[in-house]
Amino acid sequence: MAAQSLADKLAILSDAAKYDVSCASSGGEKRDSRKGGVGSSGGSGICHAYTPDGRCVSLLKILMTNVCIFDCAYCINRVSSNVERARFSVEEVVSLTLEFYRRNYIEGLFLSSGIIRSPDQTMADMARIARTLREDHGFKGYIHLKTIPDAAPELIREAGLWADRLSINVELPQDASVRALAPEKRPETIRGAMAQVRIESEAARDTSFTGRRARRFAPAGQSTQMIIGADGADDVTILNASTRLYAGYGLRRVYYSAFSPIPDASAALPLIQPPLVREHRLYQADWLMRFYGFSAEEIATGAQDGHLALDIDPKLAWALKHRAQFPLDVNRAPREQLLRVPGFGVRTVGKILNARRDRTLRFEDLLRLGARMRLAKPFVTIGGWTPRGLTDTADLRARFAPAPRQLALL
Amino acid sequence: MTYAVSLPERGTFEAWRRAARLALSHSIAPERIDWTGGGGLFAGASLPGTAGERPVTVIPAFPALARTVMWHASPQRFALLYQALWRLAHREAALSAADPLGRQLDLMARSVRRDIHKMHAFVRFREVPSDTSRRRFAAWFEPDHYTLEPGCGLFARRFADMDWLIATPYLTARSEAGALRFHSGGTRPDLPPDASESLWATYFANIFNPARIKLSAMRSEMPRKYWKNLPETQLIPDMLADAEARVKRMRDAGASTPNPASAAISTRYRATMPRPADVPESLADARAAALQCRRCTLCEAATQTVWGTGDPDAAMMIVGEQPGDREDLVGQPFVGPAGDVLREALREAAVDADRIWMTNAVKHFKFTPRGTQRLHQSPDRGEIQHCRWWLGLELAFVRPRVTLALGASAAFALTDDHTALAPRRGHVETGLHGGPVVLSWHPSYILRLSSPTARDTAQRALVADIRAAVAKANQPPEA
Repeated sequence: MAAQSLADKLAILSDAAKYDVSCASSGGEKRDSRKGGVGSSGGSGICHAYTPDGRCVSLLKILMTNVCIFDCAYCINRVSSNVERARFSVEEVVSLTLEFYRRNYIEGLFLSSGIIRSPDQTMADMARIARTLREDHGFKGYIHLKTIPDAAPELIREAGLWADRLSINVELPQDASVRALAPEKRPETIRGAMAQVRIESEAARDTSFTGRRARRFAPAGQSTQMIIGADGADDVTILNASTRLYAGYGLRRVYYSAFSPIPDASAALPLIQPPLVREHRLYQADWLMRFYGFSAEEIATGAQDGHLALDIDPKLAWALKHRAQFPLDVNRAPREQLLRVPGFGVRTVGKILNARRDRTLRFEDLLRLGARMRLAKPFVTIGGWTPRGLTDTADLRARFAPAPRQLALL
Repeated sequence: MTYAVSLPERGTFEAWRRAARLALSHSIAPERIDWTGGGGLFAGASLPGTAGERPVTVIPAFPALARTVMWHASPQRFALLYQALWRLAHREAALSAADPLGRQLDLMARSVRRDIHKMHAFVRFREVPSDTSRRRFAAWFEPDHYTLEPGCGLFARRFADMDWLIATPYLTARSEAGALRFHSGGTRPDLPPDASESLWATYFANIFNPARIKLSAMRSEMPRKYWKNLPETQLIPDMLADAEARVKRMRDAGASTPNPASAAISTRYRATMPRPADVPESLADARAAALQCRRCTLCEAATQTVWGTGDPDAAMMIVGEQPGDREDLVGQPFVGPAGDVLREALREAAVDADRIWMTNAVKHFKFTPRGTQRLHQSPDRGEIQHCRWWLGLELAFVRPRVTLALGASAAFALTDDHTALAPRRGHVETGLHGGPVVLSWHPSYILRLSSPTARDTAQRALVADIRAAVAKANQPPEA
């Protein structure tokens, strides 16, 4: 086999990394290059490009290597797959990151890896890449390191010293599926690593009694990812799992990734892709939990047989099941209730609260404030609009759901 | 009388601000000022040279809005801003997003901010030859608004160690040896090819997942007007053309035959993973097995099994209810607030915490998530019964001479008696394992008591019970 060029390796190791969906580069500490080095971070992240799959490119997302001794059925890099393997040297990753960064292609590096030899060895090699970028090249951009399951706590601690964000994937929403599909992974040690990251982050935020900052640790927090549709878990199970993860480990985000067919698939999994809209509904529900004050149980009341409706969004589904709480008087209702009106986003609600301090709002004002009145109409009263019986009409749901498509005749 | 104001190309905001303050101080109505500097036959007069009588004050939010709207390409921007200033100064109506002028300015500000953000995202540098030790990079960008000047800060902060130039049709920014200078814009410069650009293209093509096309999402965030200056977008047509075929090939290929050498590799790894013993033969064995316990459903939500700690030859064993939030994260019993209460009580009773064995009736944390909190939930009898297996092993290997049960759950686990704890507290009962069990309050119960006197009484009772347990442990065993 001819030696692989840098471009060959980049092709293999970025192709292998695309199933990790996180690309966030926001938050974390503020730093820049005016006192040396190159790069800056802090504030909102920047998406430098978008690929035709609608995902943004914010970080150079690559694997250190796609050689792996684990055999996770859903993963293209599992040991039993026949994909071409490659491995970057430390210098190659460092140089790609810096050269891309200087040309303003990226915000930084997202480094993951297959597991070579042992989890400890892999985590140590990844931390070395991050350390080289930080110490030898004064790199001030963003670094996201994937935490390797079962890596020693001191290696995770070192990773947190160089990285802005750490993440470890819970992979699947139920422990039993992880054990079945990823036999080398253990849900309890994955959670243990997340617990460690939370504890270390909290310790790093506390100032010691001398007033000195504790040692730096992943200032942009941690996140995780779940694959949707590779096991039989329903949406309510998934949302309950997310709720526990958010509550337990202070996660910034739980990412949902609709299982997508991979080349060189394992026979253990169906080659059926769940509809992408399912993933979208889960993200909407996740947002409702984090920014709109909904609990997973409340969202579940709008679900059917444990699944979120695909044709309408979860907030609307919830509102349709709780019509007794509507219509709301937009000029009087408190923030928590306004947030529950379909078609009102967090920002719109903020603007409504602001604007109604000066005067009584009318229907036209809501349009200007960015409310989606097509959705909101049945659920609000305001000067110039009252839904009368609309709130309680039997066919209200049908008004929002897209018209059913007639099946084509053969 | 009408007035005309012409504003300079740079330092525009300060010039507008001076002019607007002047005009407002003379109470010159918005319709009497032409802010586009309109010359010609009917040109208006210049503003008066000195300030008028009217005091000029405005809400603090306005200058910030004006500073942003300023960079908008619309020739109307100065007139609109003055209208808004006039309205605010005359207290006519607040400038919220719900009224037409407020909304228009809000939209203009958003458009400017978006333009700056897109410039930060879509400027693409190429390396150009340098005659100094600093590397040099240059880019051509076409913003919608006059956003190069307000948007340059990011590049200055980010690329302080290199020289860079961003040229736009109206303005060029140049940073050399850390000094930022602006001069007039021009046409697209001819930049030499850059090898990293083809690596970037390789990355862009390979990070794309052909199985999930979402063109609208791509186009809304990366509108076509920017494409001509983004090298990677040239690949998009080919990527799309091939996508469907690639997905079809994946589907048609179906599941592949596993690589024959692979089974040995993952099997070897799995052999190194800890495996629970069916019947543990030591305390360490029991712990290893408990770490993988799945006897009830609590393990799915909790982080980890929290096994006991302390002296494996202890004469006294203390059993609590279950690990709390902190214990669950750390993996050790009694390290949270309730643990502090217990340790304090042990100190008062002059008992060395390292000389006892501390554990819980249930080894996994049971909770209800509420936002970013996990609220403690008491384990039910079934869960306590399942977990008795582990408690029994701890009792069997540690063989304490006395056991102190803290709270009703521990009392039930040890004695199988689920009647109320209050009348039993302070008494010695015989455990299921046959040894003496002293019953006491759980430290979290003490923490929850709101009255200081009640708390004090309960704490003293706990100390007394610890002392009673120590006395029991020191008693010669009954014949």
